[in-house]
Amino acid sequence: MPVEIYKDKFTGKVLEVILGATKEQGGTRAYTVKLGGSSTLPFLYYEGELPNRPVIAMEVWDIKPQWSSSFEPYYGDVWNDPVAWAKKVEEYGADVVYLKLMGADPEMENSRSAADCAKLVKDVLAATGAPLMVEGPGFPEKDNDVLQAVAEAAAGENIALGAAEKDNYRGIAAAAMMGRHCIIGRSPLDINILKQLNIMITEMGVPINKVLNDPITSGLGYGIEYSFSVMERARWGALIGDKMMALPVVCLAGPEAWRGKEANAANADAGPGWGDEKDRGIIWEAMTAAALLQAGGDLLLMRHPEAAKLVRKQIEELAVPNKY
Amino acid sequence: MAFMMIGERINGMFKDIGEAVAKFDPKPIQDWAVKQTQAGAAYLDLNVGPTAADRKKSMEWMAKIISEVSDVPIALDSTNYDAIEAALQVIGKPGALINSCPNERAKIERVFPMAAKYGAGIVALTMDKSGIPLNADARVAHAMELVAAADEFGVPTDSLFIDPLILPCNVAQAHAPEVLEALRQIKTLCDPAPHTTLGLSNVSQNTIDRSLVNRTYVVMAICAGLDSAIIDVNDETMVESIATADMLLNHAIYCDSYVKVFRQR
Repeated sequence: MPVEIYKDKFTGKVLEVILGATKEQGGTRAYTVKLGGSSTLPFLYYEGELPNRPVIAMEVWDIKPQWSSSFEPYYGDVWNDPVAWAKKVEEYGADVVYLKLMGADPEMENSRSAADCAKLVKDVLAATGAPLMVEGPGFPEKDNDVLQAVAEAAAGENIALGAAEKDNYRGIAAAAMMGRHCIIGRSPLDINILKQLNIMITEMGVPINKVLNDPITSGLGYGIEYSFSVMERARWGALIGDKMMALPVVCLAGPEAWRGKEANAANADAGPGWGDEKDRGIIWEAMTAAALLQAGGDLLLMRHPEAAKLVRKQIEELAVPNKY
Repeated sequence: MAFMMIGERINGMFKDIGEAVAKFDPKPIQDWAVKQTQAGAAYLDLNVGPTAADRKKSMEWMAKIISEVSDVPIALDSTNYDAIEAALQVIGKPGALINSCPNERAKIERVFPMAAKYGAGIVALTMDKSGIPLNADARVAHAMELVAAADEFGVPTDSLFIDPLILPCNVAQAHAPEVLEALRQIKTLCDPAPHTTLGLSNVSQNTIDRSLVNRTYVVMAICAGLDSAIIDVNDETMVESIATADMLLNHAIYCDSYVKVFRQR
């Protein structure tokens, strides 16, 4: 007896957002990436359209980070050169470069100025071909200054600027509009604020197909179940036709996974059965990303090249049409 | 599926529209089309009213001038199916609504193939020549026959808007709970389920506070399965109640601007 596969019917779909602009489109990127577009839940190819695979972005800082020693063999020679680091993540297969301007932290000594940040962004764009995302240091006033300058410096490149939050979105939205860039709206694991922020950003005049959502995903072991539920509910809202929920989702898999002590602990400090420190953080990050893929992540921000490789492999295995 | 409001205001029964139809003056009609579109109407009802000299000509003209100022699909409200067909040709794209067709074979044979041909939806009434039944079961029996007719003539069941017909509560109060029960059952008739609709303002005819009766009943009906209604979309309090009912039924995710977002549909 043939088994009939139950199929959900949805009326809505996730909007497509394009990152980057090629020469013909007024930029200098070697290619663009398309995010979103799905009309069903992740990887259910038999049920709806999933025109764009999830994309991997990799993290680049403008200052040397205090990361686990397991990054040393991969980035040891580029810690102090963000341009070289950006080229390196491209070599490691990043679809998108995600530049974090941590050095612009106003509380730091020799805090990087807005003009310095703009120059760095120009240099990164000149040295790489991947679409770019740029995140400010996370201080509202400085974010506004820095991202304004970055938006001008990157005019035409259709980068993504972030992160706009409920109490600090106007300056970033204005910068995004002026440079016709995308904007990352960040909400604190709160679906109501996620929707409200999308409404406020679009009311400023940012076209809705220039908005990405970062619902602040937690790492494995630190509340990822809650992230999963929020993302799942947001995606479900999109699929039943709620346009203000229908935006591609950015997941900070790498940064969140590496906040956990399990990812970083040396063997001497590890609990029983934790495994070798050399692989543990990589697997922690890859597992975090794997869960977020299933929750509907459209762009995963990865930190460790080996974790990124594992996740890429998983995407390739899952993103196969399985029409019944 | 979010609740769909069908804007009732472009109806020749209203004095300003009646005069505009008589004089072929587009302004009042287009003004109401824009106003109702901005208020969040999913459809604009178009009824030429009792005074039009040539209903077919008036309907064609109204469909044309409404389409000039609004992209919202039109609900062609008439018992004259030739006038409706003429207007469907003027509209020239699928998505309009034919309002309405009772469960009478001759009318079904005229309306349903026309809906299939033009890609239009149908407001289908749970009544026949013997009138509107009192109890829910008889209403649902009509609905079932209308669903079967949709299948017969190739109209998708989710293009059917079944109207279980509410009557004024001051003269036919017993109908109100029966309509609610009928709504519940109609939603289980087929997959995909037909849409449901009501000419809501009818419930409050000659009552002392029409708006209160309307908005209370519409919330009760939404809870029972009503997903569209012909209403005054510019009745702010009612639209706020509908938006809230829709949100509380988990049809839209809560955010502080949920009422505003509802109106933007």
